[in-house]
Amino acid sequence: MATAPAGGPRTARTVLSGDDISRVTTRMAHQILEKTSGGADVILLGIPTRGVPLARRLAARMRDVEGVDVPNGSLDPTMYRDDLRLRGVRPLEVTDLPAGGVDGRIVVLVDDVLFSGRTVRAALDALAEYGRPRAVQLAVLVDRGHRELPIRADYVGKNMPTARLESVQVRLSEIDHEPDEVRIVAEDRRAGDGDGRSPEPRAAR
Amino acid sequence: MKHLLSAEDLGRDEAIAILDTAEQMSLLGDRSVKKLPTLRGRTVVNLFYEDSTRTRTSFELAAKRLSADVVNFSARGSSVSKGESLKDTALTLEAMGSDAVVIRHPASGAPHRLSSWIRGSVVNAGDGTHEHPTQALLDAFTMRRRLGRVNDLSVTIVGDVLHSRVARSNVRLLHTLGAGVTLVAPPTLLPVGVETWPAEISYDLDAVLPKSDVVMMLRVQAERMNAAFFPTEREYSRRYGLDADRMAMLPDHALVMHPGPMVRGMEIASEVADSVRSTVVEQVANGVSVRMAVLYLLLGGSPE
Repeated sequence: MATAPAGGPRTARTVLSGDDISRVTTRMAHQILEKTSGGADVILLGIPTRGVPLARRLAARMRDVEGVDVPNGSLDPTMYRDDLRLRGVRPLEVTDLPAGGVDGRIVVLVDDVLFSGRTVRAALDALAEYGRPRAVQLAVLVDRGHRELPIRADYVGKNMPTARLESVQVRLSEIDHEPDEVRIVAEDRRAGDGDGRSPEPRAAR
Repeated sequence: MKHLLSAEDLGRDEAIAILDTAEQMSLLGDRSVKKLPTLRGRTVVNLFYEDSTRTRTSFELAAKRLSADVVNFSARGSSVSKGESLKDTALTLEAMGSDAVVIRHPASGAPHRLSSWIRGSVVNAGDGTHEHPTQALLDAFTMRRRLGRVNDLSVTIVGDVLHSRVARSNVRLLHTLGAGVTLVAPPTLLPVGVETWPAEISYDLDAVLPKSDVVMMLRVQAERMNAAFFPTEREYSRRYGLDADRMAMLPDHALVMHPGPMVRGMEIASEVADSVRSTVVEQVANGVSVRMAVLYLLLGGSPE
């Protein structure tokens, strides 16, 4: 659970409810199918933490809609980040590529929030070490703006203009064990040092 | 984590975090490009005052796979042979911009002293008869990979416990991770105060083998033997060596481990060392993954 940081008051507003997230996921699954002519050769790779269940959900929707089995997995870009030295050491997440690799496939990277674009840049570098996909596309649940790199998403669940001082929190039942929700929290603290990702649940490691 | 000086410093969560990180690092071995950009621009110094093939190469490879620059420094053929002290050598290396020093030294406690002199991280790669924490970590990693867990395993460590830093580090780490350890050795090769260690002690290898999940053979360290610890090599080998007959007493799933270098025919028979139960070669491969994990966890974040 995210605990309130010391300092000023915070206001949270829900921008996507559980039902909204479900509808948005369904639409994105349709869009991926449309743009890739039925999802042939597509691999969905989630960026940990919350991109992974999103990729799994998209794969399930694509199966419901067209009966295609889209391989999905996860890709941890931590070792390729450019901001490793700016904060304490980050624990590594799981990288699990579908059997058969990425060569010649259409890889759709899936993440919850697109903010500076630095995570996606790192993921592109990581992906290149595993092979040469035919194309790489990006699907995000929320695009909150404030890009620092020339990166854009191919599939966007919701465009959400935000202030830098606000943070976008995504809650997914698989990870957070609470109902699906996307909310914007106005925070009264220095921003711009984060990567725009939702704070992790304080897991006992 | 700033330094890795002793397995005793590692709490359970920390040790498990290292093993989990090593698990991700080991996936690199399957890739065609075995290199990560993570420690680009960092410098790791291998400061070796004792001979070593395996550990030094393993650390060197680990650092290089993370894209760090590596400087190898061995006491032989350096200004140490002209009488330079450890402190002066360390300060010289630090002045050249090293971020971490991996040290092996014949004196117990040398890495600890070193850590108070330099700003960078210090990794103990074996100090005298004290500790060798990365060896214990790679042993635990090997057990977890082969047997699925470390918790509740019965691990028997056999041989020259007195001179073995590997045994000390293993007893501490395995205890932290919840395994039960039994030490088997001639009474002359057990250190004073061994009864205070979190381990059982036995002098009868045959009695212990049938209930062991892992048996770890230690090398008889002839170079540290300054007294007659046992009558003859043949007698040692008969009572404490692992041969095919003894290996047959182990449960079917049990592993035979050895930190290397092995003295075949002494503590371990050739047929045992080359059997499918032996993890000797695997331990070396796992050593690189574990050392990558340690270097990443020490150097991967902000320098504070």
